[in-house]
Amino acid sequence: MSVGETEPRPAAVKAVPVRHPGRWVAGVAVAVLAAMLINNLVTNEAYNWAEQLKYLFSPAVLGGVRNTIWLTVAAMVGGVVLGIMLALMRLSANPLLRGAAWLYIWVFRGTPLFTQLLIWGNIGALFPTLGLGIPFGPEFVTAQTNALYSAAAAAALGLIFNEAAYMAEIVRGGIQSVDEGQQEAASALGLTRPQTLRRIILPQAMRVIAPPTGNEAISMLKNTALVAAIPYLELTFTVQNIYSHTYQIIPMLVMACLWYLFLSSIMMIGQHYLERYYGKGYSR
Amino acid sequence: MSEQTDMPMGDLMVKAEQVCKNFGHVEVLKGIDLQVRQGEVMCVVGPSGSGKSTFLRCINHLEKIDAGRLWVDGHLVGYRQRGDKLYELREKEVAAQRRDIGMVFQRFNLFPHMTALQNVMEAPILVKGESRDAAKARAEQLMERVGLSDRMGNYPSQLSGGQQQRVAIARALAMQPKLMLFDEPTSALDPELVGEVLDVMRDLAREGMTMVVVTHEMGFAREVGDSLVFMDGGVVVEQGVPREVLANPQHARTQAFLSKVL
Repeated sequence: MSVGETEPRPAAVKAVPVRHPGRWVAGVAVAVLAAMLINNLVTNEAYNWAEQLKYLFSPAVLGGVRNTIWLTVAAMVGGVVLGIMLALMRLSANPLLRGAAWLYIWVFRGTPLFTQLLIWGNIGALFPTLGLGIPFGPEFVTAQTNALYSAAAAAALGLIFNEAAYMAEIVRGGIQSVDEGQQEAASALGLTRPQTLRRIILPQAMRVIAPPTGNEAISMLKNTALVAAIPYLELTFTVQNIYSHTYQIIPMLVMACLWYLFLSSIMMIGQHYLERYYGKGYSR
Repeated sequence: MSEQTDMPMGDLMVKAEQVCKNFGHVEVLKGIDLQVRQGEVMCVVGPSGSGKSTFLRCINHLEKIDAGRLWVDGHLVGYRQRGDKLYELREKEVAAQRRDIGMVFQRFNLFPHMTALQNVMEAPILVKGESRDAAKARAEQLMERVGLSDRMGNYPSQLSGGQQQRVAIARALAMQPKLMLFDEPTSALDPELVGEVLDVMRDLAREGMTMVVVTHEMGFAREVGDSLVFMDGGVVVEQGVPREVLANPQHARTQAFLSKVL
C-alpha cells in the first residue's frame, strides 16, 4: 500500500459501557441523607430560626463579629511578621539564633493554645511590673502590668505568639524550596544578601508559603473563639452571654456558625486571588 | 600601612596563581595557573569532575579558594592584603567586586517570578541605583541585541531553553561587566537550540568582551576561542591556540578526551 492512497476511515468503536452499580447505591444513600438533613432543618423547631434572625445583626453580635475580625487580622499580620523573623533565625549561620528560634517553636507549638491564652490572661501574676532599663541593672521606667495591659492586648498577643511558631515553619519551608541557583544568580549580579532575600527569594517562597498561610488564616478565624479563656468578648463568647439569659442555646450557636462560615468563605476567595498573584510566572 | 590589594597586571584581566580548592577531603583544584588577557576568549574544556566549573566559580568568588591567589582586573578576589596578611572582604565588598563580572549558568537561573525584561532590569536598579527608565531603555536594547525584542513581557516558563539562556546573557550584560564567565551555557539545551546561544556569544566575542567559557562545544572553541585550556583531575593539562591543541594534542590525556568528543 503506498502513501497517499486514501483509505476509508475504520468504523468507530461501539461497545457496551461498563456498569457501575456501586455509584448508584452511594448516590441514593447520599440523597436520602441530604433529604433527612433538610427535613430536619425545616421541621425541627429547636433551631428557632426566628430567634436567630432577631440577633443576627444585633449590636452585641456585630460587636463580637468585629472583635473576631480584628483579632484574626492582627494575629495573622503579627504572626507572619514574627514568623518570618523566626524563620530567618532558624536559617541563620549563628547557632545561638538558630537555637533560640528552635526553642521558641518547641514551646509555642508544643503547648495548647487554650492553655497559653489562660496564661496571657493572668500574665500580671507572672510579671507584676513592666520596666525599661538595663538587663540585670537599673530600670528607668516602670509600670504596673495590669495598668498597661488589657484583655484585647492579651488576646492579640496570645494568638500572635502562637501563630508565629507555625508561620515560622511554613516560611522556612518556603525559603528552602527556592532553587539554590537563584541565590547564586543574584550573588553573581552583585546583589547583597538582604536584597536577594527581599527581591528574589521571598517572592518565590511566597508561592509555597501562600496556600498554607491561607489555611492558617482560616484556622485562626475559628481559634479566636478560644480567647474566651482570657476572657475577651469575641463572637462565640458574645453568643454565650446572650443565651445565658435567653436559654436559646442551639439557635445562638448555629447563628455564630453561620457568621463563621460567611467570614471563612470571604477568606477563601481572598486566598484564591493571593495564590494566583504569587503563582505568576509559573503557569501559562 | 601598605595596601597590596591591587597589583599592576598590564593587560591581564584574570590572573590565577596556584589556585587550590577542596570540597571536604576532595581536592578539586590542585594549583591552577592561568592568565586571561583583556579581550581574550578563553575556552576551558575537560571531562566532568575535572574542576573547570569550580575554577570558573572561584573567579567571581562563588567558591572560596583554599590556597593560591586570584586577581581580576588588578584586584585580589575576595580578599584584601595588607603586608603579608590577608583579610576577608565584607559581603558588601564582595558584591561590589561581582558587579563587574557577568556570569551565565548552565541552568539559566532566571528569576521565574519576573518577566524577561524585569530579569534584565533588576540588577542595574538594585545594585547600581539606576533609574527605572534608564534601566528599562538599556534592557530593551539588550533584549533586541540577543534577538528577543518580541519576548520582553514573557515569563521564563514561557520561553524555550535557548531563549532563556539569551535572556540570561542579556541580564549579565546589563551590569556592563568587564569580564563574562560562561558555565557550560549550552549543555542544558536541546541540540537545535545550541546555535542561537552560540551566535550571541560569538557576537559578544567579536565586540571585544573578555570571556572565559567552560564548554563542550569544540567547534565554538576552535572558531571563536583565542586560547583553549584542557583541564583534568584539577590541573591544567595543556593549553594553547585552539586550532593547534584540537588538531595536535600533546598530552595523552588530551588525546584520549578529544578522541571521545570530536
